[in-house]
Amino acid sequence: MEAVVFVFSLLDCCALIFLSVYFIITLSDLECDYINARSCCSKLNKWVIPELVGHTLVTVLMLISLHWFIFLLNLPVAAWNIYRYIMVPSGNMGVFDPTEIHNRGQLKSHMKEAMIKLGFHLLCFFMYLYSMILALIND
Amino acid sequence: MSQPGIPASGGSSTGLQAQNGAASASGSPYTNGPVQNALMSSQVSVSQGYNSQLPGSYPHLIPAKTLNPVSGQSNSGGSQTVSPLSNYQGPGQALYGPPVASHPVTPSLHSGPSPQMPLPTSQNPAATPMPSGSFLPGASVSSPSNWQYNYLSQTNHCPRASSQPTMTGNTNLMSPQYVSSGDSSLQNNIIKSGIISNTNNGSMVVHNNYDEIEGGGFLATSQPTTKNPTMSRSVGYSYPSLPPGYQNTAPPSTTGAGLPPSSLNYPSGPQAFTQTPLGANHLTSSMSGLSLHPEGLRVINLLQERNMLPSTPLQPPVPNLHEDIQKLNCNPELFRCTLTSIPQTQALLNKAKLPLGLLLHPFKDLVQLPVVTSSTIVRCRSCRTYINPFVSFLDQRRWKCNLCYRVNDVPEEFMYNPLTRVYGEPHRRPEVQNATIEFMAPSEYMLRPPQPPVYLFVFDVSHNAIETGYLNSVCQSLLDNLDLLPGNTRTKIGFITFDSTIHFYSLQEGLSQPQMLIVSDIEDVFIPMPENLLVNLNESKELVQDLLKTLPQMFTKTLETQSALGPALQAAFKLMSPTGGRMSVFQTQLPTLGVGALKPREEPNQRSSAKEIHLTPSTDFYKKLALDCSGQQVAVDLFLLSGQYSDLASLGCISRYSAGSVYYYPSYHHQHNPIQVQKLEKELQRYLTRKIGFEAVMRIRCTKGLSIHTFHGNFFVRSTDLLSLPNVNPDAGYAVQMSVEESLTDTQLVSFQSALLYTSSKGERRIRVHTLCLPVVSTLNEVFLGADVQAISGLLANMAVDRSVTASLSDARDALVNAVIDSLSAYRSSALSNQQPGLMVPFSLRLFPLFVLALLKQKSFQTGTNARLDERIFAMCQVKNQPLVYLMLTTHPSLYRVDNLSDEGAISINDRTIPQPPILQLSVEKLSRDGAFLMDAGSVLMLWVGRNCGQNFLSQVLGVENYALIPQTMTDLPELDTPESARTIAFISWLREQRPFYPILYVIRDESPMKANFLQNMVEDRTESALSYYEFLLHIQQQVNK
Repeated sequence: MEAVVFVFSLLDCCALIFLSVYFIITLSDLECDYINARSCCSKLNKWVIPELVGHTLVTVLMLISLHWFIFLLNLPVAAWNIYRYIMVPSGNMGVFDPTEIHNRGQLKSHMKEAMIKLGFHLLCFFMYLYSMILALIND
Repeated sequence: MSQPGIPASGGSSTGLQAQNGAASASGSPYTNGPVQNALMSSQVSVSQGYNSQLPGSYPHLIPAKTLNPVSGQSNSGGSQTVSPLSNYQGPGQALYGPPVASHPVTPSLHSGPSPQMPLPTSQNPAATPMPSGSFLPGASVSSPSNWQYNYLSQTNHCPRASSQPTMTGNTNLMSPQYVSSGDSSLQNNIIKSGIISNTNNGSMVVHNNYDEIEGGGFLATSQPTTKNPTMSRSVGYSYPSLPPGYQNTAPPSTTGAGLPPSSLNYPSGPQAFTQTPLGANHLTSSMSGLSLHPEGLRVINLLQERNMLPSTPLQPPVPNLHEDIQKLNCNPELFRCTLTSIPQTQALLNKAKLPLGLLLHPFKDLVQLPVVTSSTIVRCRSCRTYINPFVSFLDQRRWKCNLCYRVNDVPEEFMYNPLTRVYGEPHRRPEVQNATIEFMAPSEYMLRPPQPPVYLFVFDVSHNAIETGYLNSVCQSLLDNLDLLPGNTRTKIGFITFDSTIHFYSLQEGLSQPQMLIVSDIEDVFIPMPENLLVNLNESKELVQDLLKTLPQMFTKTLETQSALGPALQAAFKLMSPTGGRMSVFQTQLPTLGVGALKPREEPNQRSSAKEIHLTPSTDFYKKLALDCSGQQVAVDLFLLSGQYSDLASLGCISRYSAGSVYYYPSYHHQHNPIQVQKLEKELQRYLTRKIGFEAVMRIRCTKGLSIHTFHGNFFVRSTDLLSLPNVNPDAGYAVQMSVEESLTDTQLVSFQSALLYTSSKGERRIRVHTLCLPVVSTLNEVFLGADVQAISGLLANMAVDRSVTASLSDARDALVNAVIDSLSAYRSSALSNQQPGLMVPFSLRLFPLFVLALLKQKSFQTGTNARLDERIFAMCQVKNQPLVYLMLTTHPSLYRVDNLSDEGAISINDRTIPQPPILQLSVEKLSRDGAFLMDAGSVLMLWVGRNCGQNFLSQVLGVENYALIPQTMTDLPELDTPESARTIAFISWLREQRPFYPILYVIRDESPMKANFLQNMVEDRTESALSYYEFLLHIQQQVNK
């Protein structure tokens, strides 16, 4: 059972890593003027909810399977994701707003955020991998 | 189109003729030189070159020209194409005196044995005997006659010139044949026509060239008025190592003049600008510029010196640049930086606590604008900067970009200077002589053929709208201005009206009357017929007029109260998306049906609390639609005429992101509110007739190391520095904030360039380029010295609007106050050596607390119950969209006492004497009951008449018997036959002429409802919810001295 949990987490984590990389690539495309703000934001906004769901799912799974340490590690990131989504002003077109993204260094902070998440997910990836192997051996 | 006319008198010869003269005299020797042939081949490409034709959209050009009695002469220095900006003095008019004496000299001069084209050395002997030693034919006057017509001067609009009989000859010459004119008859023709003005102009050209070589020094001493703007900047551009072929352009003759050779041959390169040794006269003239500095270095204790407001309009600070560069710099009205001395590092900028940013007014109506047509536009290969006056020429063939420092090649055709008609002078091309210039863009700058001007009007015709009666005024205005709409034969126009359904109007040619088509399916909007909804204005003018006449009556019986604005906008967008253009939407209530329906959010009893107000849009529908519009080059201008809350915060998005503008007329009613009616009519008049640019983009570039991080204004930022502007209008201003990314230690100058690419209403693709150059400084003191307090206040206002939307109004107010406190304490702690008591401020920032206090009391940021939400949001829109000048006037109006106007200190323009009363502080203590005071708040003028105002003023200016007879609403001064009336009217109309729109004058007496508005602008006084100026200063002092 334990192994199944971690296999799932591992797969989910892979997906999240890919998503982070995708965010970084798209944002840096925007930075370099390869795409315009509108298409960049509509691309990214599509993936905000999948990211949120994917990450919340792992977090909840860890809570259910009583892995307290991993749950607590994931909690702040999951909370941030949800907070960010809820706090989008009513007039904005999503977390990434094409009219705002070039203002007040938003692009940079989005980029920084995506980088941090990538690092975090990589860390999680190895943790899940280790836990999974451990669980498989224990079985 | 344009034909250079040659006057018989020679009095008003155009720039071309001026050179005709010279060339014609020299005509024959040059016809067959081998060099010439080489040049001629290049000439073909240049030939459309300096096509100066200024289209009708610059109508002021003509008067500006005719005013000048010697307009012809003044052109000869620079052909009209490259006419200097208005602030330049007409070039070289005074030259006319002396050279006449040289009349006989010039022909011989030119017929001298000068076989090769740009080899004027031969002229030296001829020149030496000239009466005035200053006329040194140093540079090559010579150019083959057939070059002259490469640029057609806009002077051709000058009626005098065109009526000249010789014109025909010239018209012929305009045809391509002259390109290959070895034809002697043609040249004879030229000689004849040009002969009158020939000598003067010939010597004049010489003069200019000489001067360019010398940096204008010599000339300025001998006859200061003759200084030609075009020559001003050549200093630093003489090439120390010219290829042998070019050397004759400069040195030999100049040494002949007995000038110290040291003043020649400045080292080229970027430092060329900053060097000072320019000769005595230059020192003196630059001293006059420097004379500000002792004043500027003054430290002021604001608590002691209260009356800091200058009595004349505040002038922007002059960047501490060498005079020659400053002269070329962009007009501060167009392009302005908050810090005229750029701090070297971000750390220094952070220390100064002042915002760094630019304020732009790129599409301002200009009296004179050099327009250049050339087949290649010279730009930096790596950063795409347009060549500008602040680049440095490493040698004849290479120039170094002043933004990215890349070394670029000078293209072959840029070597030829159409102004002086000399080959090998790329640094004297108009592109390098004007900080503001417009290029005619070749086809590489078009993604599609230039669009036709398309105007679509969308009218709200619900019951509420009919009640206000706005349709009458708008349709009448449209009828009156139909012929004045900017456009050409391709202009298209269309109309849509809507209530709960959407009505289209088919204006097909041949119909006896407009046909109305109703679409009631607002869930899924479609266009009822593919064409004839947007029709060619010329072909269907009668139908359009018909429609405009009947439209106001068509809905008088309507009972429909709903408004389906969202679907109507969608329909209009669909109709316009194939072409792009301008959509003017008139709305009178909150949209209630279909997509984009809004709910009232304003709670009147909560107005006072700054926290709970809705400044953010409630839906993203309008933003999305605006971005769609922006993508299809459609701009939406919103006219909101509403008595009730209409959620401008949401509606305004449609204009904001599609680069439109917002107009707001609270409580508009055709009977109950005649003042608003008049305002609408005046503003519509301006709106319909002003210049317009379609499918525009603007890019702002700055020197490597600086980067733009925030943009303010109505547009969509498509990519990092590209602003998408479906429409651009001359009344829109923009602002950007910058940061210093990399240290600027190895550079002394930084430049900023804004390039606006647009399609004119005549279907031409044009690029308007402004370049601003500023010095870099390394100490805090210098940063403060160069602070531009108006620009800083303007940028802070923009930032505060953003802050109030993203955070809250009270946050924004705190941020404004903190901006003052932080910068003044930074000044106190680091720049002041001895700590004195009081509130010490640098001279440059002496008005900073006052302007910030004025901002806090401005409608956008004020607290208190008297501001309706929509009015507040409209004020915020205005902050973002207005050019700085008008923003400052609305924030801190000018107050004048007008009951005792006198001619003392008056200026005279066109034989009119305009009195110049001093500007008073905005405090009630400056008012008195026995006077009359005029307040100029940008878009409105308010004339407050005191109760005990002198009988003289009442009867002589207002034309009433006594105070009680002043009408309740009076918006015009009667034209009385008295000197007092004449003075007052002259003054008011002078104020009005300074701005493109028409501010309405309100005469206010004590009981008028407008009196509150008047007194509200008294920013130095205490109000129930805001501090007085003195209290504010005390508060700041307390914080600063903490």
